[in-house]
Amino acid sequence: MLIFTLRRISLFIFTMLVLTLLSFSLSFLFPGDTVINHSGQINATASELAQLNKAYQMDKSIVNQYGAYLTHILNGDLGQSMASQSPISNEIIELLPATIELSLVALLIAMTVGIPLGFIAAIKHNKTSDHVILSLAMLGYSIPVFWLGLLAILVFSIGLGWLPSAGKISLLFEIEFITGIQFIDILLSDSPYKWQAFSNASAHIILPACVIALAPATIFIRLSRAAMIEVLATSYIRAARAKGLSFQQIIFRHAIRNALIKIIRHVGLQFANLVTIAMVTEVIFSWPGIGRWLIESIYQRDYTAIQGGLLVLSCFIFIIHILTDFIYAALNPLARGNKHGS
Amino acid sequence: MAVLTMSFKPTLPLLITAFVSLLAGCNEGNKLSLSERSIIYCSEGSPETFNPQLSTSGTTTDATSKQLYNSLIVYEGNNNTLGPSLAKSWHVTRDGKKITFYLRQDVHFHQTSYFTPTRFLNADDVLFSFNRIVDKNHAYHQVSGGQYPFFQSAKFAELIEKIEKINDYTIRFILKRNDSSFLANLATDYAVILSAEYGEKLLNKGTPHKIDILPIGTGPFKFKDYRVGSLIRFYRHDSYWQGPAKIEQLVFDITLSKTSRLTKLLAKECDVSSYPIAHAKIAERTDLILESITSLNVGYFGFNTKKEPFNNKLVRQAISLAINKQAIINTVYHSQAARAKSILPETSWAYDSETPELGYDPIRAKSLLAIAGYAQGFTMDLWAMPVQRAYNPNALTMAKLIQADLKKIGVKVKIVSYEWSTFLRRLSLGEHQSFLLGWNADTPEPDNFFTPMLSCSASETGNNRTFWCNKEFDQLLQEALKTTNMKQRKRYYAQAMVIINEEMPLLPIAHSKRYQARGTDVVGDILSNFGGISFYQAAKINTNNKAPTIENPDMVNKVSN
Repeated sequence: MLIFTLRRISLFIFTMLVLTLLSFSLSFLFPGDTVINHSGQINATASELAQLNKAYQMDKSIVNQYGAYLTHILNGDLGQSMASQSPISNEIIELLPATIELSLVALLIAMTVGIPLGFIAAIKHNKTSDHVILSLAMLGYSIPVFWLGLLAILVFSIGLGWLPSAGKISLLFEIEFITGIQFIDILLSDSPYKWQAFSNASAHIILPACVIALAPATIFIRLSRAAMIEVLATSYIRAARAKGLSFQQIIFRHAIRNALIKIIRHVGLQFANLVTIAMVTEVIFSWPGIGRWLIESIYQRDYTAIQGGLLVLSCFIFIIHILTDFIYAALNPLARGNKHGS
Repeated sequence: MAVLTMSFKPTLPLLITAFVSLLAGCNEGNKLSLSERSIIYCSEGSPETFNPQLSTSGTTTDATSKQLYNSLIVYEGNNNTLGPSLAKSWHVTRDGKKITFYLRQDVHFHQTSYFTPTRFLNADDVLFSFNRIVDKNHAYHQVSGGQYPFFQSAKFAELIEKIEKINDYTIRFILKRNDSSFLANLATDYAVILSAEYGEKLLNKGTPHKIDILPIGTGPFKFKDYRVGSLIRFYRHDSYWQGPAKIEQLVFDITLSKTSRLTKLLAKECDVSSYPIAHAKIAERTDLILESITSLNVGYFGFNTKKEPFNNKLVRQAISLAINKQAIINTVYHSQAARAKSILPETSWAYDSETPELGYDPIRAKSLLAIAGYAQGFTMDLWAMPVQRAYNPNALTMAKLIQADLKKIGVKVKIVSYEWSTFLRRLSLGEHQSFLLGWNADTPEPDNFFTPMLSCSASETGNNRTFWCNKEFDQLLQEALKTTNMKQRKRYYAQAMVIINEEMPLLPIAHSKRYQARGTDVVGDILSNFGGISFYQAAKINTNNKAPTIENPDMVNKVSN
């Protein structure tokens, strides 16, 4: 397990080095002055500029410059946003939790819907319900997320008036920023309208989370279906059946557990996919998360924010990958011996 | 264990209730009372500052002036006569050079988490507010940049000889010359009264810039919270001198995209929406009302007269002649606007019906271009503003129409657009060649159209983005201000309009109405003919026939105007 951990950590460090190298080189590739792209200080005076040049060691070799850039990042200094002139790290700390919250809820929905459906399809392999579930999964996977988002707003917000279309919570509720995860903040707050706020926030998250969940859910259907079919064909299931165990005993005690382990490996992979979908969805549902912020930064040519945002987002997705790897390894001892990463 | 169960008891039923109400699809019970006591306004942009003295942008005035502050005097009634506000009365000497204001003695400033006033409004506050603008040595003059665009274009610093405090509640303005627009300017949304006590406190703390970020005023609402690009939250100012407002909380939901504003309005996420699109769709809904007011404004196509090729008058004329204004009005304004013949709307008393108009004549345009030496045409950039304003509901479409019109005379147009604050900043730096913008009148005073938009002083402070400066034109404006004879003034303005028509620093396109949409449960006037919106009179009524959960303060008797 130690070697496994070390291997993951070294992989993490090297990937992050490559990523910082990429974002470092972006400063040169974007139009404008490199040091201004690094720092985001568009209104810097001549003396401030000189100071910045010194801080980023612009007069020295490119290796030194990269070292200075890396030092800044390791100190949590991602520069400041060209558009709002506030530190990017602050903006990210405020916005990233909202994206994490939305993605986690979406992941939860995708798993609770997708995996059982996949299992059902596998158990009813090659029967009508299997075909129906598979066709639905195919349909769901083919629907573009921006179209689905707009359609959901049109039907559920404008047409039926059931669910709100924008934001995390009605602006009337004042929830103090503590963790950034809205639901936790609401529970921690001492607002007299705590529970109204909670139900209001829940109503706000349903539409965007469901829209994000659709595509991953269909993938979970297919994954769990394949995993289950594979497990059901193994000899130990046949042995269990031969021993006279009931159908339910076989499924719930043996098959599901073993199939789930195979699926967990893919959760990390799906999470990256999910965050990408979440970015588009955040724009549609005006969700104040990092995806929307990043897309706005692109629109406003806020190069410093683009660099910082990309770096943090990819770092975050990588951490999730590693975490799922750990969970997988913890659950499945066989994986720990795997010599070549995954 | 006993402790544990006790702490869990009250939360569990609440949790269940929360989920039940969630499942029911909408939030019943107490939520209604919270939303009934509050209004969410979907606004079209972020304010640049919380002090309207520093800005002339309509978004800023909407968000600040009539919510947070009061001015000495206001426009009232349908005839737009000047009426009392913080000054209960005033007196002008015969020569028009001494104006004395008698202040109300019962005006409270806001009490907030960052400031607690110890006294009522008095003459010191008025002195503080105006000296900040006119006195270059004032401790606050340079705070937040030292630019007071409205007052600089009206040349306040040169006009005002002295402001005297007679006693605690009497203040006198002594002018160097008679200026017929002075009182009108004091009644604008920009001439607000700040708290001198707050200013002093901030100065002692060494944080003077906070005066424009954490505002303190006398208005019906007090500032609570601002998140850049997202929301502004106001609470009711309970001891407001005209009686407390009818709503307790006012939230500006800053929604830049016009389709998002429409969605939020239709989905009931905001109660009132600024500059709505899809008028027909809103009109056909029974739970929404579309309102409009005729506001004095002009949307125009301006040229940077300091840059090639627009430093040539012939090119400006040629481009103006090539634009089909009627087509723009039909498309962009959905025929809901009057074609502008000059910058002054025809509804203004100073409008002269003889004013000539440069028509639509692409053939003459082409020959003018040839005379100017651009027979082959040229390439230009056109800056289209990214936000909707009453005077220009869709600048991007307008830019595309202009692009098509100009293509016919061989001029290639590149459309440029930035985020709003960047757009304004770059415009004031003069990076543009031509631009689409407009002007909303703050007063019924005709001078409000000329001086802030096209005078030489405005070209220095960045409000006149054509950078056009014409001595003869400025002279006419000065003359018009010196006299109070309406006929005489009308004649001066007519001459000024002839100069504009000849020089064409900008092409006036349309005078339009300002639209707003609201739910039927919101009552009370919000839009006004001049200047920014006000939520003081706005209230929510219960359309579900449920008993109101909180009593509305009865304030009919207290309201004085």
